Amino acid sequence: MISVQTQDFDMAAEYQALLANTDGTSNSSDGAVVTFVGLVRDYNQGNHVEGLTLEHYPGMTEKALEDIVVAAQSKWPLGKVRVIHRIGKLALSDQIVFVGVTSKHREAAFEATQFIMDFLKNKAPFWKKEVTNIGERWVEAEDKDVKAQQRWDKA
Amino acid sequence: MIKVLFFAQLREQLNCAELTINLAEDTRFTAVSTLEQLRTELALTDDNWQSCLQTGKLLMAVNQTIVDGNQVLKDGDEVAFFPPVTGG
Repeated sequence: MISVQTQDFDMAAEYQALLANTDGTSNSSDGAVVTFVGLVRDYNQGNHVEGLTLEHYPGMTEKALEDIVVAAQSKWPLGKVRVIHRIGKLALSDQIVFVGVTSKHREAAFEATQFIMDFLKNKAPFWKKEVTNIGERWVEAEDKDVKAQQRWDKA
Repeated sequence: MIKVLFFAQLREQLNCAELTINLAEDTRFTAVSTLEQLRTELALTDDNWQSCLQTGKLLMAVNQTIVDGNQVLKDGDEVAFFPPVTGG
């Protein structure tokens, strides 16, 4: 399940939702839950960051995230998958992104969470514009993110 | 008609978020059949468009899927040009 939204998300509520089946009963077949939250950091690419704005490509964003989740589901036996990405103006320490994955065992849940983040970083059409101590600037894409995604080509 | 969208710093540099082009009737574009040909023709607009659109780093999408320049365009397509993504 995928959401692209301006409003914040509640980590605890998302965790509880991952543990429940759609009919409200407890999801007792999965023994592992892995969650990741990405936050706005105060320093990036050599400068102090005061906040940022996230732009996206409405329509394509949801489609790209969906494709990434489907690819993860075909690679690992996953239970539930939840991806939330925020857009608009964000302040320091604000939550940006949530990925939550359940599985029978931890290996699949750990790996699928990393896989989803690595592909999201390179394939989902979001762009960050930072407010820094030297003014506003668009964040540059980084080679390390490309490398992080490419490791799954061999896996 | 095709819709052409620009995002992030590219949108700001071009001061343009969206264009509508009639491939069959706009004389500038009647010879355009692929995405790369569209990019080349748009780059001829002026020096600014030339420098913004000719960078090798630009990503291109047709109907919300990233594709390469060989993609053949058809009426009704939604085309987008944008810089490498930086979400997450």
